[in-house]
This record gives sequence, C-alpha cells and structure tokens, in this order.
Amino acid sequence: MMRDFDLVVIGAGPAGISGAITAANEGLSVLLLDEQPRAGGQIYRNVERTNQSRSEILGSDYTKGLGLVQSLNRADIEHIHGANVWQIENQNTVYYSVNGTASVCRAKCILLATGAIERPMPVPGWTLPGVMTAGAAQILLKQSGIVCENAVIAGSGPLLYLVAAQMVRAGTPPLALLETQTKTDFLASMRYVTGALRGASYLVKGLSLLAEIRKARVPRYVGVTDIAIDGHDKVEGISFNDGRKKHTIPCGTALLHHGVVPNTQAARSVGVKHQWNDQQHCFVPEVDLWGHTASDGIYVAGDGAGIGGANVAALTGELAALDIARTLGALSESERDKKAAPITQKRNRELAARPFIDRAYPPYANALAPEDSTIICRCEEVTAGDIRQYAKLGCIGPNQTKAFGRSGMGPCQGRYCGLAVTEILAAENQISPDQTGYYRIRPPIKPVTLGELVGLELTEEKESAE
Amino acid sequence: MKIASDFRALEPSDTTQVAVRFNDAPLKLTKGENLAAQLLAAGVLQFRKTAVSGKPRSPYCMMGACFECLVFVNGTARQACMTEVTEGMEIVMHTVGNGDDA
Ligand code: FES
Repeated sequence: MMRDFDLVVIGAGPAGISGAITAANEGLSVLLLDEQPRAGGQIYRNVERTNQSRSEILGSDYTKGLGLVQSLNRADIEHIHGANVWQIENQNTVYYSVNGTASVCRAKCILLATGAIERPMPVPGWTLPGVMTAGAAQILLKQSGIVCENAVIAGSGPLLYLVAAQMVRAGTPPLALLETQTKTDFLASMRYVTGALRGASYLVKGLSLLAEIRKARVPRYVGVTDIAIDGHDKVEGISFNDGRKKHTIPCGTALLHHGVVPNTQAARSVGVKHQWNDQQHCFVPEVDLWGHTASDGIYVAGDGAGIGGANVAALTGELAALDIARTLGALSESERDKKAAPITQKRNRELAARPFIDRAYPPYANALAPEDSTIICRCEEVTAGDIRQYAKLGCIGPNQTKAFGRSGMGPCQGRYCGLAVTEILAAENQISPDQTGYYRIRPPIKPVTLGELVGLELTEEKESAE
Repeated sequence: MKIASDFRALEPSDTTQVAVRFNDAPLKLTKGENLAAQLLAAGVLQFRKTAVSGKPRSPYCMMGACFECLVFVNGTARQACMTEVTEGMEIVMHTVGNGDDA
C-alpha cells in the first residue's frame, strides 16, 4: 500500500524537527525520514543518549537540543530512523530504504531539511588517512565519546574555536590551531559590527571559547597560508607559513574546516534552481520567505536553504510548516501571518551577526584556488590542474567536466568537489560562478542496490494484483 | 588485536564487546556503536583503497557524505560511518572488485 501524508520531512535536525512539530500542531499528518539512527541532525547528534561527562565537554549549546529532540516523541508524528532517501519523483513521491528494504510514500508537500556539509578544503595531502573535517571530530565525540589525540586543527570559522575548546575540556588539547583568516579580514568585518552587536551572544560565546583555548596554552597561528599535510600512508605532520616563516608540526590527525555550505543534493535532484551567494561563497536554493521553491509543494528549511546555524534553522522550519499548513488549507493566510510574525522577528535577530561572521572568517584562499597537483575530486582523484586543463580545452561548467574526465562521478556524487570545481572553472574561464553552474544531480542521490529495487517492484506488483 | 591509535574512548565502554574480523584479523568492538568510530579507536586507519591509484583512505566526514569510509561488511559495500557494529561482522577493506558494490 502506498502510504499518503500531508507532509514528508527529510532530515531530523533542528529545521526538520521544528517543521514536523509545527505541522503536526496544525493537524497535518507528518512523516519524518532521517538517515541517522537517532534524531538531532549533526548539531544535536546523539543528544538523547549523551552522558554527564560528554555533556560537560560539549557544552550547553549542544545539550539544549535535548528538549527539541524529545518533543518529537508524540503519536501524531511518524519518525523513521536510518532511512536513506534516494529519490524524489513528480514532486510528491519519496523513495527511501531502511536496512536494505526500499519503500515509497506520497506527500502533498515535502520539506527538505538536509542541512549543511563542510566546505571542501582541498590542500596538498588532504586525502591522507588521518585527515578529517573538524565536524567529523565533533561527531566522534558526540556519538561515540571518542577524542582525537595528537591533532592539529586548521582553517577558519567559529567552529574551530568550539572544537578546540571541547578538546581542551576533554583533556586532549590540539597541538596547534592554524587560522587562515587575516588581519585584513578582521578589519573588513568591522563594517558589519553593528549587526554583530545586535547578535552579541554569538560574540560573547566566541570570546569565551578563545579564552579557554588561550588558558590551555594551545599555540595559535593566524593568517596562515601554504597549509600542506605531510605523510606517506597516513598523516605525519602539517606544514604552513605564518607570514614570517615555514613551520612543520608533527601530528597524527589533521582536522580541517573552513565553513559549512548547504547540502543541496536533494533539492538539486528535484530541479530546484540555485543561486551563487557571494557573502557565503556557495550556492543556495532559490526560495521565498517561507522556504517555498518554484516547484509546487517543495520547501527547503534550515542550513540547506542558506547557512544560519541551529537556532535559525529551527525557526525557518517553523515558518515553512506554517506556509505548508496554509497551502493545505489548515490555516488561512492571515492566521499564518499572525503566527509567523514573532518567528520572523526572532529569525532576523539571530541572523544579525551573520554578515560579520562571514566576513571575519572567509574561506581559506589557497583552498579555493589550489595548486595544480592538489586532488579536487577525492573519489576519482582528479586534480586542480586537470580541471584547469579541461577549461583550456573549452570546458565551461562542471557538467561538461564529465566529458573530459571523471570528476564528480564517484560515489559522493560531487558533494566534496562540486564547489571547488565551480570556483576553479569560473576563475579559469573568467566568468561568474552562476554562469559556470554546478553538477546536474540525478537520482539515486544515495546508493541503492538492485535487490532493493527488485524488492520494491515485487511489493508493488503484489499489491496491484490484490 | 589492538594497535596504537590517535583516537581514544573517553569512558570505558559499558556495553558489550563483540568479536568481529577486519581483513581476517580478530577485533573486539562495542556492539551497537558506530562502526567507523569503533574501527578508528581500534587502530584501523585504512578503510578503502582508491580505484585509480590504490591509495588508502579513512573516514573524512563521519556523516554519510564523502564515502571515504567504505568497507565491505559480509560482502556488501557499506559506509562504516552509517553502520552499527553487530556481532560476527566480517569486515574487509574496500577495493574495487573485492565484493558487491551497492
Ligand atoms: S566518513 Fe564520510 S561517508 Fe562515512
């Protein structure tokens, strides 16, 4: 039996959870599909099962997610864990697999709350075992209580301070913190300082994290360039230039991070248009104030619609759900607007500090224009030089790279090379990222086995015969 | 088998350790825990070898997006970071032509 829902939400992070709850409160039938074994997204990962010592290390911005996750335990929301959504069809049919068994359901509206991924940071040696994203280190801690010893953190952005401070609290401080933002970035960010002061809680948090890191005497280098990971079969060290001289620090793990970007895979696969955002240096889906895309019934909320962080994500999830309730006739337009007004206000306040943060911590310039020998597509081992060569041969956009080589054709489907390929081609061809475009994403957006497909077909046949 | 690892568990595991095999070597991992995390803590740092150059790789994102944690579990390609440990798992490094690719 094909099951029908008013709303199918994809992703159980703050945006998906809030969206599901708001929609259920308006009387809609809701199915929440999430690929993780427990709700929370990456930010509140495993928060329901955390313990005292982990909570102390991770801090209150993590543990406050518990309330949100627990509010999901209600009869009128069906929540399926471990569900890999691999195809969305005709704007209303969702295919997913749980433990190797495929299912399909139909929805009047779909809310994509697929969150963010870390911006790829292609530097020499970034494919060596022992290199991972700073976010991955956090996931190890949240989910498994595992810390990285002997690690160096490199890149830019507030998350670096958070991860470093958490490592200090865990008794395994990083060997060093290499920051790529420069004094010029800091001065330029001052233009946005009034906004930052309106969102002052973010600044206060950042400063207190820095104080913790200083107190633990973690060596910090700022304005770092020429980051390279050294090693043969694994990370053996990290080298960089701090503006005065070259340094090398022996280490076993390198944690890289220079911001997060919307995970656009699901939205792209259903044909949602995306636009380049210069301030955040990434593509964002084209949506209206409610997160509605140009495709009827398809909404995007949370970091997947533009980076704003967990608080903003929850609020945009609520806004999307209110408009979905209006579309489906559960709310009138004026009722929707009345409920939305305080949420919009809160969201704007939360977003006030964003321009400052974006300008103070831009992506690492060397990783946006990597040297020729650096691998860009990790799956198929295509280098920056290869991509530049494609441009010389007339390649305009990422889709065409597939005619020249295999970039973006591996299992990650370009998730960790797409933005870099766009930027390299745009620079080489001297056209904008918007004109350059992005990979065309086709389903399945997650691998699905033949067995799963056959199983699905058999159930459908059986049902139509009955 | 326990190899030196830069990944350390903060608390002793209070759940059951179960026997699995990685590339034919016996390992004890914590049941129900994340497979990628457990392998890292057990000192495994080569999860797959690339098709092009045969270079080793290890988990990069831990959130199901990069596919660097691919291993064969009982003959089927799986993302270790999206898999929970169960007793008796036969885990093998992922190389092309070494098992069933999803
Ligand atoms: S580590 Fe990236 S998919 Fe598993």
